[in-house]
Amino acid sequence: MNPFVKEMRVAYAFVERNINLIKRYWGWEIVWLIYSLVNSLAVTYIGAGMERISGQALDTQYLITYLLVGTLIWSYLSVIFYSISEMIAWERWEGTIEYTFMAPVSRATHLVGTTLFAIIYGILRTLVILIIVASFFHLDLMGANLLGAVLLLLAGSVSFVGLGIVAAVLPLLYPERGAQMTNAAAAILLLISGVYYPVEILPGWLQVVASASPATYVIEGMRGCLLHGQSTRSLLPIFFILIGAGTAVIVVGLFIFGRVERYAKRTGRLKRSG
Amino acid sequence: MSTPALEIKQVSKVFIKKERGKRFPRTKREEVTALSGVSMSISRREIFGVVGPNGSGKSTLIRLLSTLLLPDSGTIHIFGHDVEKEEFAVKRLINRVSVDAAFFKKFSPLENLAYAARLYGMPIREAREKMREIMLRLGLKEETFTSPMENMSRGMQQKVAVARGFLTSPTLLLLDEPTTGLDPYSKRDVQAFVREIRETHDATILLTTHDMEEADRLCDRIAIIDEGRIIALDTPQGLKGSVSRRNGHEPTLEDVFIELTGKKMEEKEEGK
Repeated sequence: MNPFVKEMRVAYAFVERNINLIKRYWGWEIVWLIYSLVNSLAVTYIGAGMERISGQALDTQYLITYLLVGTLIWSYLSVIFYSISEMIAWERWEGTIEYTFMAPVSRATHLVGTTLFAIIYGILRTLVILIIVASFFHLDLMGANLLGAVLLLLAGSVSFVGLGIVAAVLPLLYPERGAQMTNAAAAILLLISGVYYPVEILPGWLQVVASASPATYVIEGMRGCLLHGQSTRSLLPIFFILIGAGTAVIVVGLFIFGRVERYAKRTGRLKRSG
Repeated sequence: MSTPALEIKQVSKVFIKKERGKRFPRTKREEVTALSGVSMSISRREIFGVVGPNGSGKSTLIRLLSTLLLPDSGTIHIFGHDVEKEEFAVKRLINRVSVDAAFFKKFSPLENLAYAARLYGMPIREAREKMREIMLRLGLKEETFTSPMENMSRGMQQKVAVARGFLTSPTLLLLDEPTTGLDPYSKRDVQAFVREIRETHDATILLTTHDMEEADRLCDRIAIIDEGRIIALDTPQGLKGSVSRRNGHEPTLEDVFIELTGKKMEEKEEGK
């Protein structure tokens, strides 16, 4: 059999496993979907209420769309980030980590399977939230560059896959608290990436940190596409940054993961289920 | 001379145990020797037993062979492949059944085994047939195949773990106390299956246990391990022949253990 086809068949093990996890933990899925939905609505209502809060005439429609783009893109990117970073945490929690690490599967194949699932799941979940939230507000996307937005989202996913791999190292290193540490990493990305406000309002040093976050470019580009109809061609520099940085982060992430896996095998950290 | 199924030379493994001091927040580091200079060679199609009390180093040895741990010193070759340098070649040849039946608890046996089959690149249709065949052979009822693992008894879960180990037809099967906690009937089912696998599948089996009777019944040769060292290695008859008759009965492997360590197996376990 063609080696590529063979590896893809192995990668499908992780897709099927994650689909089964969703089927078995459907209650959690509903709770998390409600949480994300309510969160998106609450943030978007801040935009709707700004005119009353400030007592000044504002472009409310623009504010609503500005915040909605931020909240939806963050919802999608965080699904990618958590799905990848949890590839180890789930196995630790269920106690199956030793069996998965004993199988003849390269970490790259492991990652391809997890990423494939994360992207499909992230898109479907964000679409559900978008459809429901759109029914609460009047969304005007006339003149928006939807194709550019989709391409930008996919390019941004590459970087978040890389960040997810780096975060996945934490549950490998710290069996008891590694999963919680990934939450802290996600929260920092949320703070610095201009999800709900322009990066320019941050202190100077945080703006420098923000320039290293791929989410900053994705969200800025998405707003350009959806609010200002920015052309795909003009977004080319952002595409290059996202794909280039994303590929670099994936390569570095896999390298770090490999080193940490070896360290875990040296110190016996795979055994503890945390 | 043919390549041994398993060759272990002077393998040692030390773990660093960290503990918080009572009075000061400083962490105390303590070295725990799990294995010390272990050497052994196992031939193809042999059932080789490693017996010893809890904490004697049996599971550490299995984890080293499973590529889940790296040795501090020494070498391990499985069918001529170095476990550290040729990890993937080794992984394709082995599988393991451990004392704790680790599964996705909400998945059914079929879902758990399908996951394992896919990880080993097995065509899923062929794997599904094999899963049913092995589970039926181990005495599991068809209606349990699709119910969640968390609803199954410990014995049934362990049988599914055994099925997972055999599913990929490993050339070297590592059985880490596979019958611990099983009722006598289930234990007999698993033991009969182990023998059958050796006869029909040309498999080499390394079995760790603290059940001396089980080791005596199943193994061609046995190594007795205590505090990380192999203290005796021979056929069951050879080991029993090495100690004198006691209280008028033929010596058992338990007698051999007492003679060699000066303690009963249970005392050793309590003393840990």
